[in-house]
Amino acid sequence: MAALDLSIDTASVSPVRKRRFGNLFLIAAAWIVIVFVAAALANILPLPEPDHMDIGGRRLPPTAAHLLGTDNLARDMLSRLIFGARASLIVGLLAPVIGLGIGGALGMLAGYFRGRLETLIVGSVDVLLAFPPLVLALAVVAYLGQSITNLTIVIGFLSIPAFTRVARAATLSLAQREFVTAARALGATHLRILVRELLPNVFLPLLAFFLLAVAVTIVVEGALSFLGLGVPPPTPSWGSMIGEGRESLEFTPWLAFIPAVTMFLTVLAFNIVGDTLRAITDPRQGAL
Amino acid sequence: MLGFVGRRIIYLVPVLLAVTLLTFFIASLLPGDLAYAMLGDQATPDKVAALRHEMGLDLPVIWRYLHWLGDVLQGNLGRSFRTGETVADAITGRLPVSVELMLMAEITGLLIGIPIAIICAVKQGGAFDRIATGIAFGKLSIPAFMVAILMIYLFAVKLHLLPATGYVPFAEDPIGNIRGFILPALTLAFGEWPVLMRVLRSDMIATLQEDYIAMAKAKGLKPWRILLVHALKPSSLTLVTVTGINIGRLIGGALIVETIFALPGIGRLLVTAIYARDFIILQGVVLFVAAGFVIVNFIVDLLYAVLDPRIRHGRA
Amino acid sequence: MNAAPLLSIENVSVDLPTPRGNLRAVDGVDLVLAPGQTLGIVGESGCGKTMLSRAILQLLPKKANLTGRVMFDGRDMVTLPREALRKLRGPSLAVVFQDPMTSLNPVLTIGLQIGETLQEHLGMDGSSAAKRSVELLAAVGIPAPEQRLKQYPHQLSGGMRQRVAIAIALSCEPKLLIADEPTTALDVTVQAQILDLLAREQRSRHMAMILITHDLGVVAGRTDEVAVMYAGRVVERAPTSDLFKRMRMPYSEALLAAIPKIDAPPHSKLPAISGRPPDPTRPIPGCSFSPRCRYVKDRCKAEKPALTTPDSANHQYACWHPLSLRERMSA
Repeated sequence: MAALDLSIDTASVSPVRKRRFGNLFLIAAAWIVIVFVAAALANILPLPEPDHMDIGGRRLPPTAAHLLGTDNLARDMLSRLIFGARASLIVGLLAPVIGLGIGGALGMLAGYFRGRLETLIVGSVDVLLAFPPLVLALAVVAYLGQSITNLTIVIGFLSIPAFTRVARAATLSLAQREFVTAARALGATHLRILVRELLPNVFLPLLAFFLLAVAVTIVVEGALSFLGLGVPPPTPSWGSMIGEGRESLEFTPWLAFIPAVTMFLTVLAFNIVGDTLRAITDPRQGAL
Repeated sequence: MLGFVGRRIIYLVPVLLAVTLLTFFIASLLPGDLAYAMLGDQATPDKVAALRHEMGLDLPVIWRYLHWLGDVLQGNLGRSFRTGETVADAITGRLPVSVELMLMAEITGLLIGIPIAIICAVKQGGAFDRIATGIAFGKLSIPAFMVAILMIYLFAVKLHLLPATGYVPFAEDPIGNIRGFILPALTLAFGEWPVLMRVLRSDMIATLQEDYIAMAKAKGLKPWRILLVHALKPSSLTLVTVTGINIGRLIGGALIVETIFALPGIGRLLVTAIYARDFIILQGVVLFVAAGFVIVNFIVDLLYAVLDPRIRHGRA
Repeated sequence: MNAAPLLSIENVSVDLPTPRGNLRAVDGVDLVLAPGQTLGIVGESGCGKTMLSRAILQLLPKKANLTGRVMFDGRDMVTLPREALRKLRGPSLAVVFQDPMTSLNPVLTIGLQIGETLQEHLGMDGSSAAKRSVELLAAVGIPAPEQRLKQYPHQLSGGMRQRVAIAIALSCEPKLLIADEPTTALDVTVQAQILDLLAREQRSRHMAMILITHDLGVVAGRTDEVAVMYAGRVVERAPTSDLFKRMRMPYSEALLAAIPKIDAPPHSKLPAISGRPPDPTRPIPGCSFSPRCRYVKDRCKAEKPALTTPDSANHQYACWHPLSLRERMSA
């Protein structure tokens, strides 16, 4: 029986997996790498300073000196785009790390120990979900003051509930499996079971969710910066570039469209990669 | 039914209390002191101390919370120290704008999302389904402010069809009022339909496998009747939840769209309060928006009972 | 069987693509049913009897592939346009499904679910449909029928729900009713009531009926003819009384033996059919029942027996070594 089931499994699942890592996935992953490398090497690349105003002129079309032209304040668009990637990636990656760490731990504890602890964790996390996230983020940043650090902390804090849910669901489905029971029967401590048995299995679904959270975070950061309430000027950010470009939409629409397209592609790439991983590591499928 | 409502209310009260606590806590994150912020340039130690005393800021934090909560329960959310307008007046004045926007956006989103979802579910795996789900997935990566800019560029800047900004009250100029809402509502609807469509599509696919759909076919009913009467209603539970969450979210949560299109709604009130560092208004609006969100979700839970008689009769 | 047949199934096969390969659920079945007659289709689960009923109703899964002819009331169901087929379902051809928990829509009232067929096919308005619904519910033995119209399926017991499903099926006076394991999901105590209700309504309305079941005991006394199915094929078919008098196919015998006897001594072991039906995605060359047959001979494993009528024109069976009367008594 077991052998039969196994053969069905490999026969029906493997072609799907092969298809999942299709060209789209590879292009998306490649785009993420390009953005990463560009942002990391921004200081080394032969670019003008992102806040340097070229006396040559404002809103210039692309030239040899300015490959993507200049913006409303005569600053180099390409340089601002690449330095803007930094802000988006710093907030976009670090904030979900906070959610992953705290939310993941809370979710695993809730799913493993159950009982009152679970009720308490799920309950307090639900309260946080009661707030519309963008409003909460705006309010906190308004009170705390605008900075990349504050922005990261706030958005990270707001991502805790979602990570808690994912981790709890994954832990719940795993905690009843044989290998956990076996470890418990062998006298393993709770800490050991959580770290050595459960964490490696919960980690993959969490990682998939992390990538989706990066996409959402980049959007939230962009929205806040677009309103002028995110990354403080003059530090460039895609969101604030779109916001500045909006003012001259009539004459130079590309000032808004270039950062918008860049941001869209990046968010889409994270969504594609994250969704592919999620489909593969879905605990509901793994449980079958 | 009454037991069901009762259970939901018992759950609602602690959540609302927690919302007030969190709102109060966020306001206390303000570095320094509200009195300094209010007095601005004129802050002298004497004046600050006097204002602190007057506002009760020198009381212990728990007393301040209870005091504030008492005021809130009486409907007194305070008064802007910039304009002198009460928070309650500011909110009631802008609420109709947000509600109008929310209704237009949500209805448009449903009008786009539901038919697409039904077609996709019926022709699951077909060309239309694959294209529509692909577009919906891609759409999840386009935030509202990008859509807004694209809309303004296309319809206002290029085609001169609709105004990009300019709110007119409905009583003054009904047509102008509606015209002013079209672009912002479309922008929001553009973000709504993929979510609604995905949710309904997957539920509908599951429903179409049910025996009672085979039964409806065996009864010789017309195909549209099977889809709209027999399949849509049992498939719409998650759709109702998501719609409800969106409605709650859009009241005050449409702040980006309201700001871009200069619509004087709740979201715009929030953003201008932040720009003006008007913390009393900010706190009041945050509380209103969060409490409204919780209450709308509560109403959605009750709607479940209308849609699914099994829940109404306590068999959930 | 002299009258023109109401339903004739000619060489019908149903293939289902599965990840493990093609699954032949129904394999070359021929059946004929005259108006007002009842036919029992008996077999274990997975023998293809439900797929056969879905083939008659043209309610097969989208991926399923049907070959052969299904002639109903002079029309070929397979090639019938969708709209004509829809108008046939309800007034001419009705079905009662196995599980009334899932075959009634949980979010629509009983009244709507009965009334809509009346409005659709008989052109009734809302109030006359409601009146007729009450009569129908009363006819199938539902107490307080007026109150039921506003109720939802979950407010009724399983037996009552199946009565509602029967009322819906009967509502447009169909010429043929297909009852697909109508009592399997019900409590033992109500099974006989539902079967008797079906038999009574069938007789009083002169409607033809196909009763699908896994229980030979159910078709005894309630059908004119019985077809026993195994692995997608009809393996024995005879008038009901003939079949029970002279069973030819060892599988039919095994099915009958599997019914618990009321007069058996206490604690006696129930005879079960050993083994499981063959994997329908892996056809075997000989008789499909040969791996489980207690009388199996070499020829059974090598050659597939055809459905023939060796001893009387009415009694068909597919077996190389049929049970004779003598053998059966000694067995």
